[in-house]
Amino acid sequence: MTEKKNKKNLHTRRDFLKLTAGAVGSVGALSAVWPFMDSMNPAADTLAQASIEVDLTEIPEGSGKTVLWQGTPIFVRHRTPKEIEEAEKTPLKQLIDPETDKARVQRPEWLVVVGVCTHLGCVPLGQKPTDPRGDCGGWLCPCHGSQYDTSGRVCHGPAPTNLPIPPYRFVDDNTIKIGVTDD
Amino acid sequence: MTKKKHPQRPSRPLYDNPVSKWIDKRLPVFTFIRHSLDEYPTPKNLNWLWNGGSLAGITLLIMIISGITLGMHYNPDPADAFNSIERIMRDVNYGWLIRYIHVNGASFFFILVYLHMFRSMYYGSYKAPRELLWIVGVLILLLMMATAFMGYVLPWGQMSFWGAKVITNLFSAIPVFGDSIVQWLLGGPNVDAPTLHRFFVLHYLLPFLIVAFVAIHLICLHQFGSNNPSGVEVKKSEDQIPFHPYYTVKDLYGLTIYLLVFAGFVFFAPNFFMEAVNYNPANPLVTPPHIAPEWYFLPFYAILRSFPDKLGGVIGMFSAVSVLFFLPWLDRSKIKSAAYRPMFRPLFWVFILNCLILGWIGQKPPQGWYLIIGRLATLYYFAHFLIILPVVGWLERPLTVPSSISEYCKREHNRRKK
Ligand code: HEM
Ligand code: FES
Repeated sequence: MTEKKNKKNLHTRRDFLKLTAGAVGSVGALSAVWPFMDSMNPAADTLAQASIEVDLTEIPEGSGKTVLWQGTPIFVRHRTPKEIEEAEKTPLKQLIDPETDKARVQRPEWLVVVGVCTHLGCVPLGQKPTDPRGDCGGWLCPCHGSQYDTSGRVCHGPAPTNLPIPPYRFVDDNTIKIGVTDD
Repeated sequence: MTKKKHPQRPSRPLYDNPVSKWIDKRLPVFTFIRHSLDEYPTPKNLNWLWNGGSLAGITLLIMIISGITLGMHYNPDPADAFNSIERIMRDVNYGWLIRYIHVNGASFFFILVYLHMFRSMYYGSYKAPRELLWIVGVLILLLMMATAFMGYVLPWGQMSFWGAKVITNLFSAIPVFGDSIVQWLLGGPNVDAPTLHRFFVLHYLLPFLIVAFVAIHLICLHQFGSNNPSGVEVKKSEDQIPFHPYYTVKDLYGLTIYLLVFAGFVFFAPNFFMEAVNYNPANPLVTPPHIAPEWYFLPFYAILRSFPDKLGGVIGMFSAVSVLFFLPWLDRSKIKSAAYRPMFRPLFWVFILNCLILGWIGQKPPQGWYLIIGRLATLYYFAHFLIILPVVGWLERPLTVPSSISEYCKREHNRRKK
């Protein structure tokens, strides 16, 4: 066998074989790792979890109801005319994460938001009129004191963003379906 | 290529940089790596059968990784166990692949380990000074059997359930305490939720015990190094080569071939080793008409059924494994390799054939001729260890053993040229 080396002792036949074999082996090993990692992502049936319906007649004006959708609490709040007015009047400049109230509701009396504080995931208080609701009249997070207004927008940190809106639609005047937009 | 007489490894950057030196002084990992790769002398004449150990070790790793990922989705509750497996097959990303790797991996593991053991028998690797290495191996085999048995129960199919029932009931053959022992094992009067739950926990635990025993196995191995096809111990430096790169490369090459065959089964014949009946959910009211264990238990199952008596069968089956513990002392011959043992060599192959016959009988109904053949094969199995090996060691006139491994290599070289 001839193994010619150039002056720098580089690029021998063996170096070439080592590099190519190593490269092919690494690609193989990495592609073998992928299925095991991907198996920890949500499974097809978890992603396909059904939508839920909420009966609105049960929720008196001024309170909210918390329902569980795909393992996540959803706040459905029946707002009073005063709360609606406050939410609509708030100047955008004053907000941490500016968004109009109109853009956040389908019908002004009903606010539907994901009930998970955008700071670190606690469930804020304020669903019952007797709960502490903070200075903005919406919700107060017990964990680190974030406050939300009657539109679910953050008005006092440390939370960085508003409570998100889940996909939902009105089935009729008294029922909403969470988890679908239109069908 | 020029041949070096005393292969000497140059120091390499891995060991020479200050960070490595700092760590090594406090935790001698690099000394350990260097010792086991560069300095660990290995006979230069090992054949392909010596790839078995490293392949088994990698398979153990594959089993643990695929098992842990399966465990993230499996539910050890009789109401949901079967469904959770089907969910893995249909809904979990690559769940089908991971499950088929685990299921086929179990069979491949046993194929490798049985080959590994037969290799050790043929070349007399269990003889002094490697008796403990062999005994630790038998302990590993026992742990593997327990792990495989409990793993098979987890999918909670018909075979899972009835296999669990039959095997745990073996213990009821024990006089006086039998029934209480079975209840203790099952956690109730029957195979049910407590049984499934503890089997899952133990099935998860035992592989890590196997890892610990493999470590002990390797410490024993490194004490004297590998045996080799000549059965003659290493005597001079010409007899050996460093483990790295010679055997690391050979092991890696063997690994690629092995993985190709393994992938062939996983992708193209994933159910080859499986029983169709086990795709029926467990039904405690109906036993399937034909009950047989996984292939790797068949010879032992045949021995169990060859005894007309309940307790006898159970003792027979456990003795079939335990007799292996005594092999280093039952074989009276000082010569290791079968190549120089004219009487033992054919008898070794008869023993292999007999094991295959036992495996074949294990899946047949224990009636008529099958029963008779099974009994003869069982008798021969024990006779091989208890009568044939001691007597042959005493009667046999061995051929002249090469004076050294290098001498063996010269002989082989000349033989092949002819
Ligand atoms: C998890 C299963 C096992 C693993 C990972 C394993 C690993 C190994 C490794 C890496 C070697 C050195 C390479 C080789 O000789 O192939 C070895 C040698 C050996 N093993 Fe195992 N082993 C296992 C099971 C067993 C069993 C069940 C037995 C016997 C009952 C056994 C008996 C031996 C003997 C006698 C040797 C020395 C062979 C020689 O040097 O000729 N092993 N094992
Ligand atoms: S989690 Fe709500 S304020 Fe920190």
